[in-house]
Amino acid sequence: MTLAGRFRGPGWYRAALAVPLAYLFAMGLVVAVRALYGWDPLLDGKAIMTVALVAMPLAFLVGIGCFDYWFYWASGRPTREEDHSSHGATSWRSYFRVNTDHKVIGIQYICTTFFFFIVAGLLAMLIRAELAQPGTQFVDPNTYNGLFSVHASVMIFLFIIPVFAGIANFVVPLMIGAPDMAFPRLNALSYWLLPTAGVMMLASFLAPGGAFATGWTAYAPLSTETPMGQQFFTIGVQFAGASSIATALNFLVTIITMRAPGMTFWRMPLMVWAQFTTSLLVVIATPFIAGSQFFVLLDRSLGTHFFSTGTGGDVLMYQHVFWFYSHPAVYIMMLPGFGIISEVISTHSRKPVFGYRMMAFSLVAIVILGFTVWAHHMFVSGMFSWLRVPMMITTMLIAVPTGIKIFSWIATMWKGAIHLRTPMLFALGFITMFTLGGISGIMLAVIPVTIHVSDTYFVVAHIHYVLFGGSVFTIFAGIYHWFPKITGRMYDETLGKVHFWLSFIFFNLTFGPMHFVGIDGMPRRVADYADKFATINLFISISSFLFGLSFLIFLYNMITSWRNGPKAAANPWRAHSIEWQVSSPPPIFNFDEIPTVVGGPYEYGVPGAVHAVFGDEKRKTPSPAGTVGATAGGGAQPPPESQIQ
Amino acid sequence: MSRALRRRPVLGMALVSLIATAVGIAIVLNINWFPVQASSASTEIDTLYDVLLIASVPVFVLVMAVVVYSVLAFRVKPGDLSDGAPIHGNTRLEVIWVTIPFMLVSALAVYGWVVLDDIEAKASNPLVVDVRARQFAWSFDYPGEGKVSSDQLVLPKGRPVEFRIHTKDVIHSFWVPEFRLKSDAVPGLTTHLRTTPTRVGRYHVVCAELCGIGHSTMRQRVMVVPPAAFGRWLSHKKATGGDKSDAGGDTASVTPGVGYGAAVGGLR
Repeated sequence: MTLAGRFRGPGWYRAALAVPLAYLFAMGLVVAVRALYGWDPLLDGKAIMTVALVAMPLAFLVGIGCFDYWFYWASGRPTREEDHSSHGATSWRSYFRVNTDHKVIGIQYICTTFFFFIVAGLLAMLIRAELAQPGTQFVDPNTYNGLFSVHASVMIFLFIIPVFAGIANFVVPLMIGAPDMAFPRLNALSYWLLPTAGVMMLASFLAPGGAFATGWTAYAPLSTETPMGQQFFTIGVQFAGASSIATALNFLVTIITMRAPGMTFWRMPLMVWAQFTTSLLVVIATPFIAGSQFFVLLDRSLGTHFFSTGTGGDVLMYQHVFWFYSHPAVYIMMLPGFGIISEVISTHSRKPVFGYRMMAFSLVAIVILGFTVWAHHMFVSGMFSWLRVPMMITTMLIAVPTGIKIFSWIATMWKGAIHLRTPMLFALGFITMFTLGGISGIMLAVIPVTIHVSDTYFVVAHIHYVLFGGSVFTIFAGIYHWFPKITGRMYDETLGKVHFWLSFIFFNLTFGPMHFVGIDGMPRRVADYADKFATINLFISISSFLFGLSFLIFLYNMITSWRNGPKAAANPWRAHSIEWQVSSPPPIFNFDEIPTVVGGPYEYGVPGAVHAVFGDEKRKTPSPAGTVGATAGGGAQPPPESQIQ
Repeated sequence: MSRALRRRPVLGMALVSLIATAVGIAIVLNINWFPVQASSASTEIDTLYDVLLIASVPVFVLVMAVVVYSVLAFRVKPGDLSDGAPIHGNTRLEVIWVTIPFMLVSALAVYGWVVLDDIEAKASNPLVVDVRARQFAWSFDYPGEGKVSSDQLVLPKGRPVEFRIHTKDVIHSFWVPEFRLKSDAVPGLTTHLRTTPTRVGRYHVVCAELCGIGHSTMRQRVMVVPPAAFGRWLSHKKATGGDKSDAGGDTASVTPGVGYGAAVGGLR
């Protein structure tokens, strides 16, 4: 290809050209507007940067080629025959361009989000280094505030939320017997929005005045007064949020319209149910955080008065709008993990999921209740006091559907044939940690207790028990569980188990003691603290460094196994769901022939039960989900040879 | 071990769980969780927390007992191709584990509500203190006692006090861990806290809401003193015209606290 052709066609060359052009455009626009109003000086760095923060990511997306097909179509030119040239991976380069294959996008998502996980994890190490002793050692207070703000924002918006979208991107279309997602080009756009948001948040460290330093909650009016770095957050969140909404819409349409024949809602694996309910949460809730950050952006950039008191602003309004998203976001970060755990426990215990329908109903119950509890983050905020008790009650009621899930998982293990492989270990670690996180959650729901412990390390402990011991452990479980399917290789079981035990132990040594310091009087988000907390903080810091090191085992295992691990069979866990009935990794268009679903996904131990059949096997009598002993006429799937164990 | 467990699994597990629950409750109740109790609210909140602990231990033990037992009893060797029992559910069990948690959390919510009403009850003739927050310091005005203003919060033991909390700039949060009380200071609003100090001592008021670069140093002294000493302190304050730089009045019972300058001094 000629050099000029490279700059004309979609890809990195064109993106590299478009981004600086967007900056020049922002400069031109600002200068033009300021000239029209007669403002001085014409060159205002802050204004230019604000416009550029919107224009440059869009220019990058145009350059890399996310919009090419749509622009072509919108310009009214003759329809191009789809040649599938942007579908599937032929070499490592295929992962670095706009690709419409859900499997490639899934891998892009997972690798990108793990990159941000590592970066945000390193920020956490810096935080713990500073907190090892009282006083100021490594970073000044402003940098420190930036560290924990960027740590939380990147972990939430660039790791936990999107990594689930990545895992689901790979497995959900396979699980429902679909050749791809419903909108493959939208899927690609959803992915490419992410790195722009992530780079923007990290780049805020380079902004004058340092990174955004108001926490991931960015409470106004602090966030409307802090330096330029805040702008990187308010705008970055818009891109991450747009990515979430687009991919959630895609999942909803895919799951509703693209299920294989026979795949009724009551035959869907719970992973699919989880992704369905999560997507509902995302499309309903995410516009609220977009709104809250737009208010901040407008207050900062255009001089509006959403949050300036005395001119009609209302400070508490920010918190209501913010938490109306950010509490459901907790479930956005948890429900997909619930789905993964259901798959892992059922498969590795070789038993049907206990109370399958209640498991699905409890997901729906959490979605509904999840929208009725946001103000429990505001018990000491000075809001209307009558609202507190109803929110306490709804918050505590969420324990009921969550309890159903935990009890059903452990009942699934009962009388199973348990294979204690790495994904199963992480699932059990998850149940332990999440039960503890749920218990501290109940305590936090009780208003008098929260009046004391809100904004303390007790809350830091709680959030890490539910988001690390909870969500991240489910992510590890899912990555190990589907690693053979995604890469076509087996991971190293011994290293996996070592990784589990080290992270389980050091996780608890790191975050367990935080409960004590919090109740004892240490507030969160402080660079410096009272001397009486020195010993326990040193202990926490040392544990956290070892905890961080344990991740390297995972990284080593993943990289070496992906390159040189033994080849994986199509179905190493002898699972029933459809993704395991195709080769590892799956064929480029998933199925030569769309399967027909004839039974539930978890019919382990039921003689002759089959979930889905291909081609010739289609004659078989269906066995409905949830029925015991529905013995179809012969033809139980012979268990394929297991590659390991 | 494994065979004995298989024969009477539920009985054995119940026994082990009971012992573990008893031990667990004994341990969590013996942990010294809280700072000292220095207000009327603190005793009630600490008891509520203890009740929550007692309710939580059996739940955690039950979940762990089933997990550990299942792993011990139902683990198979690698390469074992057998399946588990095809049990799809049990309606009675599912009704039980919806009903019992529902009743448990409802009871705890009612108890929490009762405690909330108690600790926020209005008392007659309270000492009114205007708490004024700014980046990054507190000041305390005593509007009912003449023009007294102070850098440290001095309170008489045994008299009900009502805090009216204000802020000049961003959101702060007024927190005295020994009182177990916290309320945000919100621009445009006045928030309220009520309590009665019950123990003479020196504590800290801590800012609990991120308020900017000096947030971690926004800690100032709280003194709870006998009523007589409080009176002496007030008259000394009035005599010196509420001079903010001199926080120590009666040196016999009130020692100078950490002032604003000392608090932010560590920042630079």
